Amino acid sequence: MDTYEDAGLGLLGDPTRRAIFELLARRPSSVGELAQQLPISRPAVSQHLRVLKDGGLVVSRPEGTRRVYRLNPDGVTALRAYLDRIWDQALAAFHKAAEAAPVDPQQEAE
Amino acid sequence: MTTAATIPALHGMVTVGVPVDRAFRIFTDSFGTWWPAEYHIGQADLAAAILEPRVGGRWYEQGVDGSECDWGRVLAWEPPHRLVVTWQINGQWQYDPDPEHASEIEVRFTADGPEQTMVELEHRLLDRLVDGRALRDGITGGGGWSAILELFAKAAANQE
Repeated sequence: MDTYEDAGLGLLGDPTRRAIFELLARRPSSVGELAQQLPISRPAVSQHLRVLKDGGLVVSRPEGTRRVYRLNPDGVTALRAYLDRIWDQALAAFHKAAEAAPVDPQQEAE
Repeated sequence: MTTAATIPALHGMVTVGVPVDRAFRIFTDSFGTWWPAEYHIGQADLAAAILEPRVGGRWYEQGVDGSECDWGRVLAWEPPHRLVVTWQINGQWQYDPDPEHASEIEVRFTADGPEQTMVELEHRLLDRLVDGRALRDGITGGGGWSAILELFAKAAANQE
């Protein structure tokens, strides 16, 4: 019922990507560390990370022999994606409330 | 922090099966009944979220312990078609009283027949939130965002 037209913001609509995003918000991690905390394989984690990286939510840098991922520190895209998620849920909740509300006895009050 | 780039505004839209005046009233008078309770900034659990029905009115939450936290102010109050409020919650999930750091939310209600209303939402001036230094600190320090995302994760888990 509610739609967002902006490209690139469907990124956190996927539950696994959201989970990865949340884990990285708590702690920068490698692919292996993320895979240990999620019910998916390392290649699947890598694939999601690539999408998040392409979308600007996540950055990576090599540390010794491994590559460590974290939220994009410029914060802009991440904040926007997060707010987008809030409005997505809020408008869905508003829709539900509006459709469910009993008819208002003060209908013509305004 | 300097942010040259403009962050594009967010847009949302929903169509509800009630007349326009009623949609406006549910959105505003009954704001606290539909706003997802997991999105709040106070330490205490959310007891009520209130939008005062006038220009200059407060938009704030009350915690179960009686504490209050501001979210923003009402900039335009034009029932039943238009509402503009500020969103002054920064990246550390705190109220930033500086109007220079206030983003804006505009909500428009358009009758789409006698029993149907289109509600369009725009959240703009997001750069101003980012200019509040706290956002960067929150993200790089892992403090504020971690806390937000804890809440977020909990909320998401409860829904699935």
